[in-house]
Amino acid sequence: MADANRRNFLTRLAVGTGAAVLAGCDKISQSASGSDFLKKGSDLAYKVQRLFAGREALAPEFSKADIAPVFRPNGTLYPMGEAYKAHAADNFRDWRVKVGGLVEHPFELSLPDLRALPSRTQITRHDCVEGWSCIGEWTGTPLRLVLAKAKPKDNARFVLFHCADDMSRDGLQPQLYYESLDLVEALHPQTILAYDLNGQPLPIANGAPVRLRAERQLGYKMAKYVTGIELVESFADIRGGNGGYWEDQGYTWWAGI
Amino acid sequence: MAFLSHAEDVPETRLVYRHTLWVRIAHWVNAGVLLIMLMSGLQIFNAHPALYWGATSDFDNPILSMTAIQTQTGEIRGITQIGSARFDTTGVFGASEIFGQVVPRGFPAWATLPSWRSLASGRQWHFFFAWLFVFNGLAFAIYAFASRHFGRDLLPKKRDLKNLPKDFVDHLRLRFPKGEEALHYNVLQKLAYFTVIFILGPLIVLTGLTMSPTMDTAFPELLFIFGGRQSARTIHFLCAFGFVIFFVVHIVMVILSGPLNNLRAIVTGCYGIEAKDG
Repeated sequence: MADANRRNFLTRLAVGTGAAVLAGCDKISQSASGSDFLKKGSDLAYKVQRLFAGREALAPEFSKADIAPVFRPNGTLYPMGEAYKAHAADNFRDWRVKVGGLVEHPFELSLPDLRALPSRTQITRHDCVEGWSCIGEWTGTPLRLVLAKAKPKDNARFVLFHCADDMSRDGLQPQLYYESLDLVEALHPQTILAYDLNGQPLPIANGAPVRLRAERQLGYKMAKYVTGIELVESFADIRGGNGGYWEDQGYTWWAGI
Repeated sequence: MAFLSHAEDVPETRLVYRHTLWVRIAHWVNAGVLLIMLMSGLQIFNAHPALYWGATSDFDNPILSMTAIQTQTGEIRGITQIGSARFDTTGVFGASEIFGQVVPRGFPAWATLPSWRSLASGRQWHFFFAWLFVFNGLAFAIYAFASRHFGRDLLPKKRDLKNLPKDFVDHLRLRFPKGEEALHYNVLQKLAYFTVIFILGPLIVLTGLTMSPTMDTAFPELLFIFGGRQSARTIHFLCAFGFVIFFVVHIVMVILSGPLNNLRAIVTGCYGIEAKDG
């Protein structure tokens, strides 16, 4: 009997402790300092993965037979606002991508300008942070060519991508999507400003007319509806300070895992 | 400690130092880390509660999925589909209650970390504790090899395997080794510990890394070994399920074979056995 009581007590102790620990974990999840601490795991992953993958290691490329019949879009499917609608109705003829920030030669690219530059076509696997994958064929201008034209200054460390899609619910206080890559990822041979998907101009749901492909990263890094490319030394003072729209919502800046 | 000092209903016991400090630390660190890995992993799974085979997601043909449907009366039901078999799993998988309301959700709130839906937070937990899981596992493996704990206690030998049928029957009859015999792991224990530590552990880490697009560029072999990123994700999930099964069996065995004595052994290192003539 004494043993049974003891066992009962120990079981209740274990269950009670477990519940308390999990409630504590929920509290940590909610606190900014707790979440900052947990993100150190991702900081370490950034350093270690960079060590293994280096600058040039390529993402696997697939064959035409592997291409998904429909490339699953995610996030913004049609940017809100009249301005974008007008661009879409006009086949994006007046769309410009501004290249600026810490560069020697700021300039603007129209779609014909972009298409006139050497292109790269790659059939790659898109990995969404949610866990699914989809294969598509992307054609676009290697970002390294665009950056080479702009000549980044010595203190430029990150490439910021400004986008046309407003993530706010009602558009009253616009929150335009933005993202950032470090220079290693930006200069990677498979990092392109894509304008074609499966041989056709990019559909609106997939980021028309220009989206980023950074094939060693998860989908949320690959900004759609790109309007500007800005080189910066740090993103600490930009928007929420975390280097991207989803990063400002708690997602880690390093999205290699 | 007083109330733990005599083992269950055995008048004559002798205390034997069984688990070294390193084994005990590794055990408890692993227990806590695994719980967080499992619950944050289920949170991540909930962002897209479906599994596939191959490189990519064939959205119309998942191996397993947990979805929610709305009935004509407006009621939300959770449906778990495995292959072509469908099960109504409302309340647990596919749809479960939050604040008194049934909502679409892969695994229920009590099984995920954090309890509310947050992929961002689930990933923060998972990728922080993944490091602890790996470091703790590596430290244990180095210790086990260096101290010969591995060869002596964990690796099943030919002699052990010969005992497999007998041990199997003994376990089914809930007859556990007593006395000196209880000091050595029997073959089922060896097989279980060996499989979980040296097969399931590395497998769950490697399949986890295969899901990383950056690791796939550094080690494309991973994709070859596991048959693609989505296969790796499915194997990763099955490994987690394997850990859960191991945990359940482990706890049942601990309870059936003398819970207080076992608990004392894994906390203090001292295990009580019946004295020879006892």
